Amino acid sequence: MRPLDYRAPADAAEAVAAVAERPDAAFLAGGTNLVDHLKLGVARPGLLVDVTSLVPVEITEQGGGLSIGAGVRNADLAADPRVRRRYPVLAQALLAGASGQLRNMATTGGNPLQRTRCAYFQDVSTPCNKREPGSGCSAIGGVTRQHAILGASDACIATHPSDMAVALAALDARVRVLGPGGDRTIPFVDLHRLPGDAPERDTVLEHGELITAIDLPALPMAARSAYRKVRDRASYAFALVSVAAAVDVAGGVVRDARIALGGVAHKPWRAHRAEDALRGATTTDDSYRAAAEAELADAVAQPGVDGGNAFKIPLLTRTLVATLRDLATEEA
Amino acid sequence: MDAEIELTVDGRRRRVSVDTRTTLLDALRQRLAVASPKKGCDHGQCGACTVLLDGRRVLSCLTLAVAQDGAEVTTADGLAAEGPHPVQRAFLDHDAFQCGFCTPGQVCSAVGALDEAARGWPSAVTTDVAAEPELDRAEIAERMSGNLCRCGAYARIVDAVQAAGRDGGAR
Amino acid sequence: MAPPVQPREMGRDLARRDGPDKVRGLATYADETPVVAPLYCAIVQATIGRGAVTGIDADVAAALDGVVAVLTPDGAERLADTEDAELAVLQSADVAFRGQVVAAVLAETFEVAREAADLVAVTYRDDGHDVRLSPDRDDLYTPESVNPGYPTDTHEGDVAAAMATAPVTVERTYTTAMYHNNPMEPHATTARWDTSGGGHLTLWDSTQGVHPTRKTVATVFGLDPHQVRVVCPYVGGGFGSKGTPHVNVVLAALAARAVPGRPVRLALTRQQMFALAGYRTPTVQRMQLAAERDGRLTAIAIDVVEQTSRIKEFAEQTGVPTRTMYAAPNRRTTHRLAALDVPVPSWMRAPGECPGMFGPEVALDELAERLGMDPVELRIRNEPEVDTETGKPFSSRNLVACLREGARRFGWADRDPRPGIRRHGDWLVGTGVASSVYPTMAMASSTARVRFAGGRYTVTIGAADLGTGSSTVLPQIAADALGVAVGDVDVLIGDTAHPEASVAGGSSGTATWGSAIVEAAGAFRDKFGAQPPDDAEAEGSIQPNEATERYAMSAFGAQFAEVAVHADTGEVRVPRLYGVFAAGRILNPRTARSQLVGGMTMGLSMALHEQSLVDPRFGHVVNHDLAEYHIASCADVADLQAHWIDERDPHVNPMGAKGIGEIGIVGTAAAVVNAAWHATGVRVRDLPLTLDRVLGLTG
Repeated sequence: MRPLDYRAPADAAEAVAAVAERPDAAFLAGGTNLVDHLKLGVARPGLLVDVTSLVPVEITEQGGGLSIGAGVRNADLAADPRVRRRYPVLAQALLAGASGQLRNMATTGGNPLQRTRCAYFQDVSTPCNKREPGSGCSAIGGVTRQHAILGASDACIATHPSDMAVALAALDARVRVLGPGGDRTIPFVDLHRLPGDAPERDTVLEHGELITAIDLPALPMAARSAYRKVRDRASYAFALVSVAAAVDVAGGVVRDARIALGGVAHKPWRAHRAEDALRGATTTDDSYRAAAEAELADAVAQPGVDGGNAFKIPLLTRTLVATLRDLATEEA
Repeated sequence: MDAEIELTVDGRRRRVSVDTRTTLLDALRQRLAVASPKKGCDHGQCGACTVLLDGRRVLSCLTLAVAQDGAEVTTADGLAAEGPHPVQRAFLDHDAFQCGFCTPGQVCSAVGALDEAARGWPSAVTTDVAAEPELDRAEIAERMSGNLCRCGAYARIVDAVQAAGRDGGAR
Repeated sequence: MAPPVQPREMGRDLARRDGPDKVRGLATYADETPVVAPLYCAIVQATIGRGAVTGIDADVAAALDGVVAVLTPDGAERLADTEDAELAVLQSADVAFRGQVVAAVLAETFEVAREAADLVAVTYRDDGHDVRLSPDRDDLYTPESVNPGYPTDTHEGDVAAAMATAPVTVERTYTTAMYHNNPMEPHATTARWDTSGGGHLTLWDSTQGVHPTRKTVATVFGLDPHQVRVVCPYVGGGFGSKGTPHVNVVLAALAARAVPGRPVRLALTRQQMFALAGYRTPTVQRMQLAAERDGRLTAIAIDVVEQTSRIKEFAEQTGVPTRTMYAAPNRRTTHRLAALDVPVPSWMRAPGECPGMFGPEVALDELAERLGMDPVELRIRNEPEVDTETGKPFSSRNLVACLREGARRFGWADRDPRPGIRRHGDWLVGTGVASSVYPTMAMASSTARVRFAGGRYTVTIGAADLGTGSSTVLPQIAADALGVAVGDVDVLIGDTAHPEASVAGGSSGTATWGSAIVEAAGAFRDKFGAQPPDDAEAEGSIQPNEATERYAMSAFGAQFAEVAVHADTGEVRVPRLYGVFAAGRILNPRTARSQLVGGMTMGLSMALHEQSLVDPRFGHVVNHDLAEYHIASCADVADLQAHWIDERDPHVNPMGAKGIGEIGIVGTAAAVVNAAWHATGVRVRDLPLTLDRVLGLTG
């Protein structure tokens, strides 16, 4: 852990300027991942700019949807009655993540920016392209149970660990960002990148850009939504696979759907192909299975010294079918 | 780089000089001789370092001390300032611990969890996330799952938290 | 052995004496020993699997403000005794496994120590490593004995012939994973070397035995034992990993000797514990069972393959429980080891019995399935009349009573044996059973001192309380041995300033230390009668128990599991886990229940979650933290109960008590796996029972 400076500026603009001018500066919010990385040597910033009291901490009504301040803690977001009623998938995803203590610390802006829990990424004694570009990917051919089956590259097979982000990807959320050049808004599904040949970049954010809020659009069907997380321990574990889904069902037919998948890719995986396959389909297991298979047509299993992760493909199919079945039943 | 901060720890105002890298856990244990919160993993994976920070349960190992200037910290020791807290009494009554190392964190976490439940917060096992949850055994177990116990006292921890909940353990 | 002690305080449900301090966090563990201005020690670990250090550049680290010393193989003190290669820290440039200590830094603050350790640049010669355990290796060898001294192999009759002629047989291979003890308190030492008077070393260490630690450290440094004091009032869990000193203890002492007068704190990080603090070897267990149609076994055999470190042998006695569990005329047990470039395996809760009751107890379930016989009844039918290994009668053996009582409590009687037919909502449900066993042991030596002053009795003994409850139970024993109320007795433990005591291991602590206390109390009363003067004092030591020559001694138990498997996702839950044990007199039902429940919980954790995953390309445990090495969380435990039957055994020790610290983990994993088969029809023979395995998606 190298020595570091700490600053708590007066406002967000000053914080952005402070980070932008130093290549080795980083924003500090809840700290749950960054402080971990300081100790592991994965992150080696020379300056931390504390933004916890600079970004909004309110959840406000906005155009039939909600705007969530980047400083809203995960626990408060999950407990918000509007979120629980109108976007249960988001409340459930938040509650499925981490522990009560961590949810009291982690923020709306920070959670999506947490980095992969790939064990090789977190261990500075093993090569990792994400940590040290060009050093190689140790996960390929290693322990791959927690690794990707969609969108991976020869350079990186890591998965994104956030549960909350999977729900946000399904809900068509938008990310409001303040940067050195001003504001911009990014569709949440475009925030995270696939690894390609630059796995060191998790997101499209530029250095110095700060998430200030995440907006949820009005989405009536989200009132019937759910997050299903499958993991190796009953609680306090990262997803093997997860499904965030909202469906609009009437008369035994799926009219519309929003689906995102977790634990399977470098980013929360919006399942457009599955959604397309579901629109107009009957509310049967066969339809759900066909939708899952459409989405997973290009899935690639990773062999591994632990038996690999081929099981994730059928597991994800089974989980998506079960989630949609439960939602449709709830609807009826 | 060092920084001077002020913390209120278990009701006492303390000034302390910390390295900017010092966690709240290490500030308490190594610089203020407040050893009630424990270092079980130092990476937010076990819960032994749980304290109440401005009234909410958090992991002190992932909290940088320098960012907490002016904060109020309550450890398991502080909870007992006026005699054992109802949660601590319940832990004693139900023998909800063995080696005792995870126990201060379990106690702080239980106090925080009961408070969260009293405010109607749902959990991952709440069937209808929009409804007010009922604090049954499964709810307690889920809410306490951020605190690992290798001695395996979980069944009795749930007993204790349930009993403390009935006795108004959130306090 | 002294005559039986009449129980008045023994058997009472008394609250832990250290409870009020523990719930406040005031119990003082090794790393928080109050000392003035400690230095912090941070470790540098090898990043190759085998070879040698060719260079260490510590200049940048040493130049950091606050760094006091950098210890390397070149400059570190030469130890007096390096026979134990695990403990010979910084004595040569050789690297025997990835993660081995190659340097250490001492600094004024924890933050600077860690920064400096990161800055120590080490270069290596990489000789290539081999960490693959396989029963097909051609270099497996036969150890001279298995822990702690059992014969490696046993043979009786002709297993092959019985297998060839029996109407029903089972021949299967089962595996258990590599496990790490992971007590919640990382291994930690606060150490100080004082040069006055020829030198004196004080270690406040987290250990299961202060005297054994002192002995080892004195030997390694060539000190007289009286120059070393080891203090340990509290242990934050050990489960065997603090039963013998590991390298961290020697390094802490070495570091302290480099800075005379300054206290040094050395706590392993959680990650370092996966290389430096012992673990349980993975095992491969080839089982053979042959039976008549009525269920009577005609043969039972287990052939075990497991690993050890190339630098120090530890041979887990996995095949040993099969020697005494069930009657069968033809029997074989064998152990073969692969010596690999891995960290040194060691004790973990119920070494031998814990892994060694997995294969056999699942194989029995498979036999019951083939016979169409109830698995409880199959076990009862094979109950031996005497210890099959020695031919001696058991001092008491109540396995059958445990099976019957467990079946009654669990509601086993109306169980439909067919697998995969019970569905509750989305969950497939099944039930399973397995037996538990753990030998009843006492260590050869331990001494206690009884002193009377100011109307109170104080017993001192260098015992340990790892959460087991000995601080609470030993006063109960002392009170009855002295014939006084427990409230009039104080017991002080955890210090080599007290009379010498054995390690808390082999579930022998209470039996050994209790026996010493009974002897000391007897000596005290013999000397001073019922009205002792102030400052009256007497010592006593455990005496040999002649009964061990006439009887075999073990505790037994039966565990019943209900398992639910999600029909879609394969997620495994254990809604009910009941254990019934026969362990002699239960000295304190409150602490005993916690011990047994705790062992079962760790068994549940082993069944569902635990596995240290080694990457053979690097040679280290990849999932080396508590986020990825899953131990059971609170949400994994539902209705988990421990009960016992009333067992009177006058032969084991004066208290009539058998050890209970380890038996709870024995058999649990088999009961869970058997129940998962009953739920789904899928027989998983490799632990852990992960969802992909129970769905048949991963072999």
